[in-house]
Amino acid sequence: MLEVFVFSTLNGLVTGLLLFMLASGLTLIFSMMGVLNFAHASFYMLGAYFAYSISLKLGFWAGLLIAPLLVGAFGALVERYALRRVHAHGHVAELVFTFGLAFLVEEAVQFFWGADTKNYQSPDLLNFPLFTLFGQEFSAYRGFMITISVGIFLALYYMLTRSRIGIIIQAAITHPHTVANLGHNVPLIFMAVFGVGTALAGVAGVIAGPVLTTFPGMAVVLGSIVFVIVVIGGLGSLGGAFVASLMIGLLQSYAIASNLGMPDLLNWLGLEFSRDHPLNDLWTLTLPQIAPVLPFLLLVLVLIFRPTGLAGKREE
Amino acid sequence: MLEVSALNAYYGKSHILRGVEFNVKAGEIVSLLGRNGVGRSTTVKSIIGEVSPQGSIKFKGEEIAGRPSFEIAHRGVGYVPENREVFPTLTVRQNLMLGIKNDQKKPRWTMSEIFEMFPNLAERADVSGGVLSGGEQQMLSMCRTLMGDPDMIMIDEPTEGLAPKVVEQISRLLEEIASRGVAILLVEQKLNVALRISHRLYVMGHGQIVYEGTPATLKLADEIRSEWLEV
Repeated sequence: MLEVFVFSTLNGLVTGLLLFMLASGLTLIFSMMGVLNFAHASFYMLGAYFAYSISLKLGFWAGLLIAPLLVGAFGALVERYALRRVHAHGHVAELVFTFGLAFLVEEAVQFFWGADTKNYQSPDLLNFPLFTLFGQEFSAYRGFMITISVGIFLALYYMLTRSRIGIIIQAAITHPHTVANLGHNVPLIFMAVFGVGTALAGVAGVIAGPVLTTFPGMAVVLGSIVFVIVVIGGLGSLGGAFVASLMIGLLQSYAIASNLGMPDLLNWLGLEFSRDHPLNDLWTLTLPQIAPVLPFLLLVLVLIFRPTGLAGKREE
Repeated sequence: MLEVSALNAYYGKSHILRGVEFNVKAGEIVSLLGRNGVGRSTTVKSIIGEVSPQGSIKFKGEEIAGRPSFEIAHRGVGYVPENREVFPTLTVRQNLMLGIKNDQKKPRWTMSEIFEMFPNLAERADVSGGVLSGGEQQMLSMCRTLMGDPDMIMIDEPTEGLAPKVVEQISRLLEEIASRGVAILLVEQKLNVALRISHRLYVMGHGQIVYEGTPATLKLADEIRSEWLEV
């Protein structure tokens, strides 16, 4: 029991921190522009594919360094030459644009890399068990994922709350005109934040690619969960996104590892059911089976009981 | 320092400014007076680039009309908005830091000097801007703009809603700013403040300048005061 708990917690942390890398950029960009970037997970996918191609020639570590930079530069260009122009036509236009971009990236990925799953491998350097606990191995690569994610979170937190540029960004999010009137180039700041946000998604793609497999549907798989996190955490809140990411990561991990199911619940309630009942499929559902739905269930509950999310503020 | 001519501005189809003309010289305190809704705030917003202007706005001899706000601020125009716009979640010190421009050299004002001038702000340097009183927020907003070392500062209704003692403090600060060679364009409704500290005054009505004079001449111009200023 304890071993299941410990490993589920560790795996939950890995997933949660990975999700946070995506959610942090998405929520920052939302705070700035007031619109959800539906193409955000596409930048994550691009990170994985760029890193895969680079790793074939220069190895994993070069991919980890170069791919996020490429993704960030692409993100900055998208903001500068497309989103900024679309922004003038309102939020609906922006939403439709990011939707379109997501499809475009997916098609482009299939065009250039093909529809099959890529053999993107974690580096040999990290192909060893970091530790063995209760007879189970925890891979060094997963430990590396945790280290990178925590490192990025701390750097981001420090940058946003302590550095001058972070203070300018915070102020520009809520009072863009005032910040511009003080002599700061707000459009440039927004472009940089968009670039950094997408680069973070790129980092997530680079380190998740070898574990969660690199295929053209990877953006769709993670994309919807990231939106759930941003809404549960409270739109625009970095702290909220962090808590929600870990919550979803751990929730899914515990659910998958558990062997509980509806039969246990019914037994506990002292109810009996017949195998011939038309709802037999429902009575026999197990927690691991419904694990993928749990984040969405949580989203529904949050929207009913706390529509602003965990740390979100009500719009005035 | 500032020369505005044939300035027009619109909100949608409403024609707000109709050929505004005035100027401000270095080290001068110039007040823009008039009743609510005559276009005083729109005038300063057009100069800083928050409202799209038509016409000519020359600052230190260069045309700035229609340039982006951050660029106008970089050329030396400071702006303190009417609602102060203190960043509520940032501390007083962080608010002041935001006023410093990226490539700023020897400024006229330093943070320690500002804290010396305003012990209230110094005491609350690490407190969030949002919890300050109205007077303190006004001081902070003005000092934040000063940190960017402007050559001209435009201040919209700095004394509105403040106690007489604070109004007095603000008047003194305005005179101190001007004494350091910074031109001031003051949008003010309190006639007594404007009459006391201004070198020159303009009165606005219906989106135009309807009177130009000095405090001494305006004191004598009963007709202008009753027609355009007194409520």
